[in-house]
Amino acid sequence: MSVAAQVRVQLGSLDLDAAIDISPGELVAVLGPNGAGKSTLLRALAGLQPIDAGRITIDETVVDDGDAVFVEPERRPIGVVFQQYLLFEHMSVLENVAFGLRARGTAKADARRTAGQWLDRVRLGEYASERPRALSGGQAQRVALARALAADPRLLLLDEPLAALDVGTRASVRRDLRQYLASFDGMRLLVTHDPVDAYALADRVAILEAGRIVQTGTLAEVTARPRSRYVADLVGVNLVRGVVSDGVLRTVDGATVVIADAAPGDSIAVIRPHSVVLTTDAPTSSARNVWPGTIVDIDRLGDRVRVVIDGPIPLTAEITAAALDALHLRPGDPVHAAVKATDIDVSPV
Amino acid sequence: MLALAGIAIAFFALPLVGLLWRAPWSNAWGYLTDHDALTALRLSIVCSLWATALSVVFGVPLAWVLARVEFPGRTVVRALCTLSMVLPPVVGGVALFFALGRRGLVGQYLDRWFDIRLPFTTAGVVVAQTFVAMPFLVITVEAALRQLDQRVEDAARTLGASRWYTFRRVTLPAVRPALVAGAVLSWARALGEFGATITFAGNFPGTTQTMPLAVYLSLETNPEEAIVLALVLIAISFAVLVGLRDRWFGARTAVAA
Repeated sequence: MSVAAQVRVQLGSLDLDAAIDISPGELVAVLGPNGAGKSTLLRALAGLQPIDAGRITIDETVVDDGDAVFVEPERRPIGVVFQQYLLFEHMSVLENVAFGLRARGTAKADARRTAGQWLDRVRLGEYASERPRALSGGQAQRVALARALAADPRLLLLDEPLAALDVGTRASVRRDLRQYLASFDGMRLLVTHDPVDAYALADRVAILEAGRIVQTGTLAEVTARPRSRYVADLVGVNLVRGVVSDGVLRTVDGATVVIADAAPGDSIAVIRPHSVVLTTDAPTSSARNVWPGTIVDIDRLGDRVRVVIDGPIPLTAEITAAALDALHLRPGDPVHAAVKATDIDVSPV
Repeated sequence: MLALAGIAIAFFALPLVGLLWRAPWSNAWGYLTDHDALTALRLSIVCSLWATALSVVFGVPLAWVLARVEFPGRTVVRALCTLSMVLPPVVGGVALFFALGRRGLVGQYLDRWFDIRLPFTTAGVVVAQTFVAMPFLVITVEAALRQLDQRVEDAARTLGASRWYTFRRVTLPAVRPALVAGAVLSWARALGEFGATITFAGNFPGTTQTMPLAVYLSLETNPEEAIVLALVLIAISFAVLVGLRDRWFGARTAVAA
């Protein structure tokens, strides 16, 4: 009971050739910039984009082999949450959620009852008779999610589920989404350009660059050892999860990160590797965060070097090769890592 | 500007006033309830409704194909299917005659194999009216289909809806304002149809003489009756236009949302 997909699609300037596997119960994030082919990959899995070559298997059933076999979207065990949610404007919220069941032949009364239960589950029961246009972005997303899940899919596909929301509501919607996704025990594939979304929601990431999967693994693995300059730029950020109170983010291990103005609560701090300053002695500077640590790895990527440091806050720093040589740093050496509070972005989760 | 607009309004209003001024009000009821006038009115309404129904049944699939199916020569097909909007209706009637007449390209086989004769029959009136009226529905519905976000249909497919179920439950309701507007326009065009009808179907009271034909002919024999019949047509058309304005407005807000 899993998904195995080898997808080749030539579409305009896009040349997509990507393989992706999803284990039972797993949530995989496909991370990449716009135009990398993320949405096309998702549409191929959904059956909205026939593949030129390859093979897509969902639960041991081949649904597309680029040749004779092509299972129409309505016959695949899938649910999709689209970026713009794409609710049916001429139907009530309840009818939207009941649509999948009705389309598959469930009697009207049964479909409406099940849909009502799903609306209650996403805490929108009182909106059942409203039109979708009466909903906020976050509410529309929950309806879209309920609509996709009501038909009981084996594979849930989410296309940039947070991209259509403004910054103010993203955090709370992301938190809700994490909770709902956790309660769904099928396979889930999330497509996003935002590493924070991937970190907050996914078990594993696959980095898509110009139509190719260039690296897969947990986000921590990918961040620590990006295989290319491109991956380093895209996801090579340090993400520190903790609880914010009084301008300080505290991790589960008790380490603290001083931050500039952020709302209290569960959060992720984003520390960019090039914001990390390395010194051999404890610095006296304006940087509010100074952590002692030990160098565990040094990774050269062209004229830049990524230095992996173990300490109270495990960090990856990015410095120039010249700076590395000037400091004479080697794995095993003690080092101090300094970061200004204003260089740290904090996203509530 | 206001003066020019005023002249334009007068230009449209004066003929109407002229008719009202010359209308034989004392005899109007008599002309209206006259057997021939009633027959023509009933024929007009029945035929135009048939033409509207046929326009919807064939026009919606045509609009869908033009909006959604990529095929070579689509522009040419679209031009062909809307040609009768710009064609002089008499020319359309002549063309219909050579296609569907008893000696026509297709008409001879309709006659020989199925014993169907269209010219100079009520069915011929419906054919002539449909010929000129359907393009109005096709272009209105096609425009609405093009504006519709196709990803909404994709969403329906991923929820288990077949293409047909998606069309019925998602696409059609979404373009409904345009469909209504297109149907009303087609109906109004069919109701006023003169040239193609008289050329292809002739002018036989009771079978092919519709209101516009009756107006034209009574102008020679009984101008007073012509005025009354013309006023009836104007009243119907005016009511449709007033009703349609709301529909257009409704369609616009639906697209904006």
